[in-house]
This record gives sequence, structure tokens and C-alpha cells, in this order.
Amino acid sequence: MKIVVCIKQVPDTTEVRLDPKTGTLIREGVPSIINPDDKSGLEAALRLKDEIGAKVTVITMGPPQAEKALKEALAMGADEAILLSDRAFAGADTWATSSTLAAAIRKLDYDLIIAGRQAIDGDTAQVGPQIAEHLNLPQVSYVEDLERDGDSLILKRVFEDGYHKVKVKMPCLITTLSEMNKPRYMSVSGVLDAYREKEVIKWTLDDIEVNKEHIGLKGSPTKVKKSFTKGAKAAGKKFEVTPQEGAKIIVEKLKEKYII
Amino acid sequence: MKQELYKNFAENEVKPLAAEVDEEEKFPVETVKKLARYGFMGIPFPKEYGGQGGDNLAYAMAVEELSKVCATTGVIVSAHTSLCAAPIYEFGTEEQKQKYLIPLAKGEKLGAFGLTEPNAGTDASAQQTRAVLEGDHYVLNGSKIFITNAGYADVYIIMAMTDKSKGVKGISAFIVERDFEGFSVGKKEAKMGIRGSATCELIFENCKVPKENLLGKVGQGFKIAMKTLDGGRIGIAAQALGIAQGAIDETVKYVKERKQFGRPIAKFQNTQFTLADMQTKTDASRLLVYRAARAKDNNERYSSFAAMAKLFASETAMEVTTKAVQLHGGYGYTREYPVERMMRDAKITEIYEGTSEVQKMVIAGTLLK
Repeated sequence: MKIVVCIKQVPDTTEVRLDPKTGTLIREGVPSIINPDDKSGLEAALRLKDEIGAKVTVITMGPPQAEKALKEALAMGADEAILLSDRAFAGADTWATSSTLAAAIRKLDYDLIIAGRQAIDGDTAQVGPQIAEHLNLPQVSYVEDLERDGDSLILKRVFEDGYHKVKVKMPCLITTLSEMNKPRYMSVSGVLDAYREKEVIKWTLDDIEVNKEHIGLKGSPTKVKKSFTKGAKAAGKKFEVTPQEGAKIIVEKLKEKYII
Repeated sequence: MKQELYKNFAENEVKPLAAEVDEEEKFPVETVKKLARYGFMGIPFPKEYGGQGGDNLAYAMAVEELSKVCATTGVIVSAHTSLCAAPIYEFGTEEQKQKYLIPLAKGEKLGAFGLTEPNAGTDASAQQTRAVLEGDHYVLNGSKIFITNAGYADVYIIMAMTDKSKGVKGISAFIVERDFEGFSVGKKEAKMGIRGSATCELIFENCKVPKENLLGKVGQGFKIAMKTLDGGRIGIAAQALGIAQGAIDETVKYVKERKQFGRPIAKFQNTQFTLADMQTKTDASRLLVYRAARAKDNNERYSSFAAMAKLFASETAMEVTTKAVQLHGGYGYTREYPVERMMRDAKITEIYEGTSEVQKMVIAGTLLK
């Protein structure tokens, strides 16, 4: 089985602080991490590798320093890592990013493509599904559990108030949730090998076949008009009741939403 | 990236258990399994022997990171790696490496080392445990005390007198398995610090050890023990370094939050100067520890470097943790905060694997040679 995992290097938002004067993020000195949804996708791929054997290729588009995220993926047990890096890719929105990634993935052999649901720095949840569209593949998003069944996968696709069990034939693309597993650590020998023995494959614009109108800043249809901090949601309902009554209200509300 | 792995592992898997391990004197069996899974139990050994193919610096850094959050976990790894797996790697036959080093380095088996006896502490040459060759095996009689990982370890490197008339040259080293007939684990010590680490007596009553389990040559035991301890000191120095840095990290957090006289105590110059001294000495320890590890990696003479690293790092750990408790004030003296544990844990680093005084003997010995 051949699995391609798309990952993104993101700033660790749990460590980001706000500049009290300007209200903007202080990115300096903030460690970079593999986006959590992507890391769980990688873990899911590595578990398939452990259980039934698979070649796991990780791919990312980003600046040269994104190599570190790929090294971490190698140290966790991925077999191969590809860094798509070129000035021409810079400033890409989700459309341009997915065009570029899809062009690179076309060069690879795969049965399954895994992408994290969304990145903690952008929260769009668009790149994975767009890659599937570019490659004309079936896609299942919001996957929290997966098992292989012959040439298909049986997936648990999660919604806010329930889940679907979906069977999908490979090749396909899935997007994964960080809740699906607890990613393994790198191993000591994994780290040593990632630096001594395994090379990150570097591809530039020249290495992929892609319509140049669909990459980088120029190929990005998204125009940012204004950015602002989201206002607080309206206050919730408040009940001043005894614990017994409170429990009743909670049960009713949960029933209303078909959670219980 | 190694340090990132060590740190993530230590923060998520080791730190949450540290207080419980101390309080309940609980050997962290599950943590040891996880350490094995991620390759912490055989860092400096080649892959063909089940190790991770790393070096002594990578190993020292692992002990440092683990000890920042839990000194017990640090010493389990250190004793296992430096005192049991390392002498088999350095002095063992190919058969011994296949049989013992591979499972040790993979972490499938845990190791320990027995030199100290009730009447042979710093004077390690005064060994009373005897080994007598009888046909195809040695028969061991005697006892060892203060043995780290005892009871939980599967493999023990044991020193015993094979020829008393030859003094230190009459001591030999043996590889003893926990299940060998006549070998048992005695009383467990109740200790001041590193309370989760199992420290017990080992008892040999006509313990039969196959002849092929002699480590090195007959009469080489003392030399093996001294060389092993040279390497072990890098591990203990790294443990001390970790304890010191862990105490500083906790203190930095605390002094920013704790308010007195209307402001965080971090704003007072006494706090600032004390912390500056603490970090400077700890960084100096770090350089000494890394220098010793590097020297061992480069096959240079490193006994004196390891002794300096251990002497300075352990004394720094004691000083830094004491100051950390002081900066925490009354809270620091309670078990609400980890610094009192760190202070108790620090003390042993000045004592085991050669007291500070022994380190000075080694350093002076090299100088005056």
C-alpha cells in the first residue's frame, strides 16, 4: 500500500502571544510544529504501515525551513519526504496551494492520500478537498477512525452531533482529525537516521507540471479585504437552578440535539 | 531535534508521574517500557547490537532532559546504560553481546551493576563477595548494597574476589541473571531522594554463574569497574545537570507569578541575581558534561573530564536546588511544588558513582601523575 500524507508546518499557536500594543501575533521565537490534524493523519498512515505494511511519503509545500517538519515525520517513521519549495509558490492561497500539491502528487504512486482537516494557523479546511478535486478522487473529510477492508477503507466520518460510517474504494483522499489518535514520538534512532541517512527530496517549479496561472500569489483568487478579530458570540442561556433541576435541563438539551 | 524528542517525551510521559513516583516510592515500570519503545535504553550503542547508533553526547542529553522533570527516571536510564550495557559492550565477548547487550540496548531487559558492599564503599577494593571456580561455573557468595534498579533488573554486572591474595587484581566481573540459582534481592532502602528508583541489597548464596559469564578476564574486575564508573559519571553528571536546570525552570515560572510587596518577586534584584548565578553555574556544568561526553565519543582520555563534570554538576545541583527552594519560600518547602523533591534528589548525585571526594582524587591523580 502506498500512502501520501500532506503536512503543513505551522507556528505552535499554544505558544503564540499577542502584542498588547498592536494586538498582532508575536511570531518571533514561536516554535514551529507539524499541524496537529496532519500529524494525526501521519500517525494513521504509520499505523497502517505497522499493521499491514505501507510506504509512507510525506509532502509539504513551504519555505526551506519547512524541511524540519519533514525531518520530524521521517524520525517518526515515514519512508520518504518531499519539500515543494520555490519562490514562485510563495503567497499561495488554498487554491494555489492545492494546485501545486496536486501537481506534485500526480508524479507519485498512491493508494491513499491523507491530509489533516485544517491548519491551526489558517483554519480553512480547503486544501485537502481541493487536492481530491484536482486529482478527480473520491474524498471523505473529518475522518476519526479508519480500517482497511481489501481495496477499500471503512471510515468514521464525524459531525458535530453524530457520525457516518463510510466505505470508500481506493485510491481516495481523506482528511483527518487530531482527535483520531495520539501521534507517536520520534524515536531516538529515527531522529539520528533522519539526519544521517534519510534525505528530504526537494522539488521546485521545474520538477512539477503545473499551470503557472494557478500557483503562488498570482494564481490565488483569494483577496484579503480586511482582517479583524472576531467579536464574542452572544452570551449563552443562564439558568439559576438547583443541581437536580440543572441535571434535568442538561439531559433535555442533550436529547434535543440527539446527543443522547 | 533529539532534544525536542527528549523534551516532549519527558514533559508528556515522565513529568506527570514524577510527584507520584517520589511520594509512593514507585518504580515507574510503564515509563520504562515507553522509554524502551522510543529508544532511550540503548542510545550510545551500535544498531547491530540493538542500540540506536547514537553517541555519548546524545545519551547525556537524554538523561539531562529526563532528569529535569524526574531524577528517578534519569538514574534508571543512566544505571542501565552506563553501568550494565556499556561494560558488556566494551569488555564482553561476541556471545555475551549477542545474548545480553542486544536485549539490554533494545530495552527488553533492564540492567544493574553491583560493586558496593557494606564494607566496601569508597574503598571498593575491599570486596568480600567471593567467586570460586568449580568445574564449568563459578560459585558466588556474599552481598552487595545500594544497588540501583535492583529487583527490576534482569541482568547484573557483579564484582567478586576470585583471588584475595592478589588484592584489586584478584577481583573479577560477572554477568549474573536475576533467575540464577542462589541469587536473591534483599532489603529495599528507604531513601531521602530518587525515591522511585529501586535501591536494594543483592544476596548471593552459592549462586551458580556459568564460566562463560565471566566479563573480561580473570582479575580484570576492578579495572572494568573503574572504567565503567568513569562512563557512569557522565550519566550522573547529566542527571545532576538536569535536576539543576529543572529547578531553575520551575523557579523562573514561580517568581514571575508570585507577588509580594505589590509586585512579582522576579522584579527584585535579589531574585534576579540569585537566578543569574544559578543559571551561570548550571551552564558551566553543561559544558563540562558535554565536554566529557565528547571526549569519550572521540576515544580520548576522559576520566578526569568525567570526574570534573560530576563533581561540579552535582555540587551545582545541590546549590541550585537549595536556592530554588529559598526563592519559593514557604511554598517551596511543601510538596505542592517540585523544588523540594529536586533538592532531595540532588543530594545523591554528590554521593553515588563516586563521592565528590573521590572525584577530587581522580582529578588530582591525573594532574599529579
